[in-house]
Amino acid sequence: MRKETENNLVLQTFDNEFNIVVAGPILNYDSAAFLQNLQKELSTNITKINFVADGIGQWDSSFLAVMYGVVGLAQSRGIECDISAMPQNVRDLVGLAYAVDRKPTHGGGKKLPFLEKLGKNTLDILQKTSDVMDFLGKIGSAVGRFFTFRSIMRRIDFCAALEDCGPKSIGIVSLISFLVGLILAFVGAIQLQTFGAQIYVASLVTIGMCRIMGAIMVGIIMAGRTGSSYAATIGTMQVNEELDALQTMGLSKIDFLVLPRLLALLIAMPILTILADFMGMIGGAFVGVFMMDLPYQEYWKYAFNAFNLENFLVGVFHGFCFGIIIAVCGCYSGLNCGRDADSVGVATTQSVVRAIVWMIVATGIITVICMELGI
Amino acid sequence: MKNEIAIEAKNLSVGYGDYVLLHDADYQVNKGDIFIIMGGSGCGKSSMLRVLTGLIEPLKGTVIINGVDMVTAKREEVQRIREKSGILYQSGALFSSMTLAENIMLPLQQYSDYSPQTIRELAELKLALVGLKGFGDFYPSEISGGMKKRAGLARALALDPDIVYFDEPSAGLDPISSHNLDDLIIEINRSLGTTIVVVTHELASIFAIGTNSIFLDANTKTIMAKGNPRELLKNPPNKEVSEFLTRGEKKK
Repeated sequence: MRKETENNLVLQTFDNEFNIVVAGPILNYDSAAFLQNLQKELSTNITKINFVADGIGQWDSSFLAVMYGVVGLAQSRGIECDISAMPQNVRDLVGLAYAVDRKPTHGGGKKLPFLEKLGKNTLDILQKTSDVMDFLGKIGSAVGRFFTFRSIMRRIDFCAALEDCGPKSIGIVSLISFLVGLILAFVGAIQLQTFGAQIYVASLVTIGMCRIMGAIMVGIIMAGRTGSSYAATIGTMQVNEELDALQTMGLSKIDFLVLPRLLALLIAMPILTILADFMGMIGGAFVGVFMMDLPYQEYWKYAFNAFNLENFLVGVFHGFCFGIIIAVCGCYSGLNCGRDADSVGVATTQSVVRAIVWMIVATGIITVICMELGI
Repeated sequence: MKNEIAIEAKNLSVGYGDYVLLHDADYQVNKGDIFIIMGGSGCGKSSMLRVLTGLIEPLKGTVIINGVDMVTAKREEVQRIREKSGILYQSGALFSSMTLAENIMLPLQQYSDYSPQTIRELAELKLALVGLKGFGDFYPSEISGGMKKRAGLARALALDPDIVYFDEPSAGLDPISSHNLDDLIIEINRSLGTTIVVVTHELASIFAIGTNSIFLDANTKTIMAKGNPRELLKNPPNKEVSEFLTRGEKKK
């Protein structure tokens, strides 16, 4: 009984034995199809599989895959498998493939059933919530230590963080705020022109920038510029075992890494928000005066009339809250970073996304509170 | 001093969550020993070190360091023991924003009452001890890998520790630098009487410095052998230890 298979592998059955005859070069062979076919052909009374060489020529990994599969199939069915007729190097490689001395001890990428996955995810969320609360609590107690002069925060770290998020951010914050004021004025002017009320562009830009836009733009810039840098710096420290070193030295990671960054942002953010408000108003004035030909003095008169201390303070308060959010999200993502390069990228992205989401949530909450208070 | 116990692990299980790397480990490290934790990749050597240094909690059992149970003791007591321990990480783990001297001064500033001038002098001394005299104002990015490890060792020695832990000290070093670091470890052990715990799988280092050891096995998740590495090489208790200590050369 003889059946031809593709290329040069031939299957033969003799009573209780099964021969696989290698009758020529085996290159780019479809090993999966061969093994499927073999499983069908292998009747239950077979007790031995023999590899027989009949002019074996060139071979590649697909032949090894066939041999590896056949030896494995034979082992799983308790069938003897004789590969002694194969070239020495082929036998060595198959032996090497089966010489792995360790079995996986945990699931790897195993898919969980739906309910188990749901339960696991719920527990993960609860654990993460608890971790965040723990982190916020630690920050609270670190701030307490700072105001009672018991903190180990280094002054030089605070100064470096303040320089980074203060003076070094002025350029980008000024440019973006100027452009946002300009855009606000443009969009508003087109609508207001229809009613001949273009002079109110000054009021629109002033109220818009001071109340919320200035703070939001600074928040977004600083989340991308400073929050991500916090996450990347602290994440890299995790990869380099510097966080482990701090922990084993008994030094508080919060005092040492989080506190200087948080305090720096708490100081810088309100100041940057005021700068953004001012630059936005200049941007609006640029459009009003140079492009809509509004009288310069008239423009600023309307702008100052629209300026309201409550709006201004609400904007600054937004900036203050955003500072907390950016520092917390950046440092939390960094401290919970994994121990490889990829994790640093993930932590950096997470810090920006988390900061922006929480800034929007905070804006919503502050807006509702202000509405209730009539501010 | 030789027979006093520095570290004692009792019924210690190490792992992460449900995943156990090593179970029911019992061993002792005598004061003044250079104790090697060895074994193949993935056997839990570094995790064992993380348990000893308090970076992770054991799944079960306890670690007693200088008579203090590190699992149940009060935080202040654990902190006191930690202050008397130094660790050299694989990468050196120097703080990149600080100079070498500042790195070494940090633990001194936190845990000693010395004047700033004395702290600076102590930092220079520790750097000189590890062969880095005059490098105090260099940043970690300005020195080589071997020098980073030496600087990391200087920081580990800052508070005159009773025990110094080394995580793969030879990793990433050329043979000569590795040999020099081994000599330094022996010198510190001899002259300061410091107990040394080294996690490594570098055979040259194991035989050069080890006075006592445990061999961890990833398959059985147990301690498969204990004793002086040179003695274990002469009389291996089993095939696994023999193969490990002879670089897998099976007897024919």
